[in-house]
Amino acid sequence: MEKTPAKAGMLPVWFFIGVIHLIYGVLIFITGLYELSHPVDTVLANLHAPIWWGAFIGVVGAIYVWRFRPGR
Amino acid sequence: MTPFWITFLALPALFLDAAGSATRIMSLHAVDFVIIVIYFAMVLGIGFYLKKYTKSGEDFFLAGREMTAWVAGLSFVSANLGTLELMGWAGNAYQYGIMAAHWYWVGAIPAMLFLGIVMMPFYYISKTHSVPGYLELRYGRATSGLSAISFAVMTILMSGVNMFAMALVLKVMLGWNIHLSIWASSLTVGVYVALGGLFSAIFNEVVQFFLIWFGAMLIPILGLIETGGWSGMVERIHRNFPGQDFTHLWRPMAHFADNPMGVHWVGIVFGLGAVLSMGYWTTDFLVVQRVIAAKDVRAAKLAPVIGSFFKMAVPFFVILPGLLALAVLPFHLVPASAMQPGQHSYDEVLPLMLARYCGPGLLGLGITALIAGFMSGMAGNVSAFATVWTYDIYRPFIRKTAPDSHYLAMGRWCTIIGLLISIGAAYIVTHFGSLMDYVQALFSFFIAPLFGTVLLGMIWKRTTGAGGFWGLLAGTVSSVAMFTLVELDPTKKSLVALSPLAKPLALDMWRALWSGLICVVVTVVVSLLTEPRPEAQLVGLVYGATDLPSEGDLPLLKRPIFWAGVSFALFLVLQWIFW
Repeated sequence: MEKTPAKAGMLPVWFFIGVIHLIYGVLIFITGLYELSHPVDTVLANLHAPIWWGAFIGVVGAIYVWRFRPGR
Repeated sequence: MTPFWITFLALPALFLDAAGSATRIMSLHAVDFVIIVIYFAMVLGIGFYLKKYTKSGEDFFLAGREMTAWVAGLSFVSANLGTLELMGWAGNAYQYGIMAAHWYWVGAIPAMLFLGIVMMPFYYISKTHSVPGYLELRYGRATSGLSAISFAVMTILMSGVNMFAMALVLKVMLGWNIHLSIWASSLTVGVYVALGGLFSAIFNEVVQFFLIWFGAMLIPILGLIETGGWSGMVERIHRNFPGQDFTHLWRPMAHFADNPMGVHWVGIVFGLGAVLSMGYWTTDFLVVQRVIAAKDVRAAKLAPVIGSFFKMAVPFFVILPGLLALAVLPFHLVPASAMQPGQHSYDEVLPLMLARYCGPGLLGLGITALIAGFMSGMAGNVSAFATVWTYDIYRPFIRKTAPDSHYLAMGRWCTIIGLLISIGAAYIVTHFGSLMDYVQALFSFFIAPLFGTVLLGMIWKRTTGAGGFWGLLAGTVSSVAMFTLVELDPTKKSLVALSPLAKPLALDMWRALWSGLICVVVTVVVSLLTEPRPEAQLVGLVYGATDLPSEGDLPLLKRPIFWAGVSFALFLVLQWIFW
């Protein structure tokens, strides 16, 4: 994936993608941990999807933030 | 005393109305509201951040023509991931089965590859700012004006459809007030597009693309776990709907009566694949604008090819949830027009599946994905409208000479005005059973004839300005006439679709086919009867009169044609797997 901001000094879109997914990943992961002690009433809740899906989104976001951080 | 942040998180409760709260199918928690608020803050923040980089008309309307192939390609697909994709097609999958995937595969992939490899060089080399702009260079102002006005009308109506659908889904799912939803979402889009123009629209579309994928992919993953995989899902569908075939793409299409859509494979291949989809993906400026913003010819050719790979995967989180709903929901969905209290319509299938599998946090992400889809579609419509209005209607017909700053200001103002007109359109869109049927009807009015006009202009030097104008007009008028005929007398649909069993989507395909053919025939006949333009005036506009840049010096893996071949091979494999 090319790292080319459209104009000199402009942050690449990939950085914004990283930020929002890192925040979302952390929020969902923490919610998943909370649900271990407060189960929710959804189908397949026993799979604890918020934990692994939140972790996955957070890791993807962190990679994008690190790879496309300002000043790199 | 309640902490202020708890009060803040409860603000969306102000959006509730009594009727909505009685029918809503899910409730959000604090973390879901936080996720939604962060999304709105992010898209607005991007708009404010990009304003300082949007200093000229080219920045505002064409994102400075500096987008990489990846950004342009993802934005190209994302602009199309609006209401129709996320809600309408999941509902259509429940209604028609996997046949709805035709709109993603045969109804998209060949056309996207055709755009990238065949048509994009001309859009790019001609330095046009829009599709009507190309028509002006090739045919003259009359054809361009006709196309620009019809596009502007269609775009505003489409934007209204997007708004209405979003507000409806927020009302059904969350009980939010329909009017507040329309105004809050459209003003947000208006602010970020008016600030950063196409820069802002494209940046947000790429962000929205990722959100949609991460927000929606969990439904098919958990659904397939619940059903025990594809074969388990098929077995449950057969049990729930005995005697009906929902899981084959082509097998039930030998006869009109063999499939729930009432369509023949000829209509799918020629109406959808050869006319309707070609028209949409190659001439609808909403999507083409994203590719015109690419930084060079190679990026412009590669962007739709990159987009085609992602487009091919979209059915796995749009069509598959519809099929899974056939397998796992303990009740049957019904058409919106026949819905009784306590029942749910086809278009609600995606939120129902979301509520089935997703608890707090994931639910917020899923809702954000839906809102992102709605907003990306709306932003696509608004930014395309601003460009066509300013460059193809206002500049040639109203104020021919003005400084660039004047057109930039016009673009910003008509973004807001266009949104206000769309809001008006949203209140009109209320009486069609399926939102998709309505929008498909719009497509076939304008898009199918336009494809005939643009394609003939690009490949046939003999096509004249008069031929282009009368062909486009005849195709559009014939499409509206066929639509009106069937609306007035439904028994006449067998004249258009060759079968009394044809459903609205099948009718749209046939109408597109006939109107496209009428456009081509009229264009050819009138062109042969009128004086052709000298070949010197066709350089950069038509095959045979244009030197196209060679890719011979590029390594194989960097050539758009190579990746187009890979994409087409994958497309054929999917047809074979789900035959």
